[in-house]
Amino acid sequence: MYKYDNYDQQMVDARVEEFRDQAKRRLEGKLTEDQFKPLRLMNGLYLQLHAYMLRVAIPYGTLNSRQMSALGDIADKYDRGYGHFTTRQNIQYNWIKLEDAADILEDLSKVEMHAIQTSGNCIRNISSDHFAGATHDELVDPRPYAELLRQWSSFHPEFTYLPRKFKIAVIAAEKDRAAMRLHDIGIQIVKNDAGEIGARFYVGGGMGRTPMIAPMIRDFVPLDQLVTYAEACLRVYNRYGRRDNKYKARIKILVHELGKEEYTRQVEEEFAHLLKQGVEPPREELERIKPFFADPPFEDGPKTVDRSDPDFALWVDRNTVRHKHDSYVSAVISLKPVGGIPGDATGEQIRIMARLARQYSFDELRVMHTQNIVLPHVKIADLHALWTQLDAADLGAPNLDTIEDIIACPGLDYCALANARSIPLAQRISESFDQSGKTSELGELKLKISGCINACGHHHAGHIGILGVDKKGKENYQLSLGGSEAEDVSLAKITGPGFDEDGVIEAVETVTDVYLARREEGERFLDTYRRIGMTPFKEALYGK
Amino acid sequence: MKILTGNDLKSGAVVWWSGEGWSIYVDDAVDVGEQADEIMAREEAARRVNVPYSLDATHEEDGKVRPAHIKDRVRALGPTVRPDLTLKPQNPEALDWVI
Amino acid sequence: MGNDFGTSPDDVQFRFRDDEVADHGTVTVDACCDQTNATAVRIEPGDDARALLPFLDRLALVEVNFPTFGDGRGYSAARILREAGYQGELRAVGDVLIDQLSHMRRCGFDAFAPDKRLDEDDAAKAFATWDNVYQSAADGRKTIQELRHE
Repeated sequence: MYKYDNYDQQMVDARVEEFRDQAKRRLEGKLTEDQFKPLRLMNGLYLQLHAYMLRVAIPYGTLNSRQMSALGDIADKYDRGYGHFTTRQNIQYNWIKLEDAADILEDLSKVEMHAIQTSGNCIRNISSDHFAGATHDELVDPRPYAELLRQWSSFHPEFTYLPRKFKIAVIAAEKDRAAMRLHDIGIQIVKNDAGEIGARFYVGGGMGRTPMIAPMIRDFVPLDQLVTYAEACLRVYNRYGRRDNKYKARIKILVHELGKEEYTRQVEEEFAHLLKQGVEPPREELERIKPFFADPPFEDGPKTVDRSDPDFALWVDRNTVRHKHDSYVSAVISLKPVGGIPGDATGEQIRIMARLARQYSFDELRVMHTQNIVLPHVKIADLHALWTQLDAADLGAPNLDTIEDIIACPGLDYCALANARSIPLAQRISESFDQSGKTSELGELKLKISGCINACGHHHAGHIGILGVDKKGKENYQLSLGGSEAEDVSLAKITGPGFDEDGVIEAVETVTDVYLARREEGERFLDTYRRIGMTPFKEALYGK
Repeated sequence: MKILTGNDLKSGAVVWWSGEGWSIYVDDAVDVGEQADEIMAREEAARRVNVPYSLDATHEEDGKVRPAHIKDRVRALGPTVRPDLTLKPQNPEALDWVI
Repeated sequence: MGNDFGTSPDDVQFRFRDDEVADHGTVTVDACCDQTNATAVRIEPGDDARALLPFLDRLALVEVNFPTFGDGRGYSAARILREAGYQGELRAVGDVLIDQLSHMRRCGFDAFAPDKRLDEDDAAKAFATWDNVYQSAADGRKTIQELRHE
């Protein structure tokens, strides 16, 4: 894990003091709300439906037990005893007071954490593969590159007032677990024909009201030019991204309107110019960062578990993932108990997860964009002990990547932008599939729910997606099929007219029944949809 | 009728204009008629409220106030998925009022 | 072009240069490109700062206008001019507020003419926000990464 040096600590401390002063000036009336809003947003502080909300950054989704524990303490000390893990690997608290915000940031700074740039029209927290450093299928650990970019993007003087928010994801495997191509910049660390490591750049992806898959604009950027290339991409965007219309201000629109070739040409021109300016950090910096992410001391041990307890065996099958060391697995702690609120965890549960990480996972945890938690390095021999404790804390739901593992944004229950509630749908759908017992049979099925067009619930990328809309003051839900955020990335298509709450839950049943009736050997829901197309699903939903 | 809402600047709590000040209970909200803009400007300038706005509501038979839009009813009560954190944790029927 | 187009020396609240403040007639970027004798120019958010590069030698003052503080194009304009070797005064004008000063300074601005005068103490604090910096920009400061490997 990366550890702050004095410089990193100083930067975060300076930011806490800066924000303390800004909040004070706001309360004294020296700043208007219009002036204060972008400043608080750049420190993760929103004004939501019921209160201020604070979003805390978890850089590339990695944290240690001390940090996790501190997140639990903040939930109890400043909030109402819980936090919500988000689809960008962060955590947010729903009931924050402006008066407390600087104190919370100070508490966070003591465990090398912050809320810097978790909102606002700036470069946001950089996300990555939640199995980085643990998975068997990666080229290298992507996190050192993400850390290099974290430093570059933090308080960037030129890119703090971009046309719109800017999200970067870094992966280093062919398998995409970070929705990389649905980011403003997606970076894949790759090896070229000469065997050198470099970065492949995809620019202009995103969800929201105009979902787009990022095209590749450069297949190989040498590692000692990575930051310079990112700077070139951002400068072209800062200068030419649209500022006349908030809804057309994301970089995807610029890339789309200019065309990939013209955008790339401009970036390459700026890149050639910036190479002469010496903006790249010294190469030794990457070498300094890398050892922080070195393997922990793995030990050989048993490679199988005792499967005599069927509940445990099911959890192992569903929630553990192959590790690069054959005596270990990555264990996923589901934050999707049947009927629960996706991504929510109590302060106590957060501290329990922290303790279990210390005990069983070399002190490390990850936040997944699917709103679950990973213990990345668990000895197979320890799995039963781990599961027993998770189960006792209501953290043992065996449902990773099933229809019960639903992504849902906070929706109208918490969010000022939402048009409809998302959480109650997730609760009812997970309950209904749990009761019908169909979950197992359906296999991998990614259901994603957003309460408005901004798509925080990633509905465009759901095998099944649900979008909540406002229909004359009533909640209404549109169903879509065929999306994927993985390496087989695709955008879901709307089935047809929307449904009310009961109707959409029934509709989800209906489309899963079509799948079960039509699937061929080995096909996931997504595969069947791609083979047979929308028509059979439409017919089942709306009649002929 | 027209009522006013906003958030308390310091705490962020949802508040409603009661005619004399800001209350956390929507039932205290009063009809502001034509005075909405004037009250909001004055109260915001004095930092007694943050990002106020006016909305339509109706008086129900029992004297209770019902905001016209579901979003404001959610604001008035609290998150429907956490009845324990709403203003009426003991009253499950309050959730039906929201929807 | 009129002398009332740009800001006047009196409007400059903060200045980090020793040379005398020149009172120039400020022109638009288009006019500057057409006119061979202009020595002061004002960049608006949509202007291409690179259009000025052939004329940098004769410019003593470049104003960059921020009609609203949230429009960040002026930060790129400033860096581009400094990267091209511009040594004259680079003045941020318009909706220039306390909390943007430190970033503007890093991007190469060395004079500030805010629409509304700023609190001197708050501004002094803002200019001194960062003891160290993560990125190389137009202020010539060594980055943290460079300091780590000295």
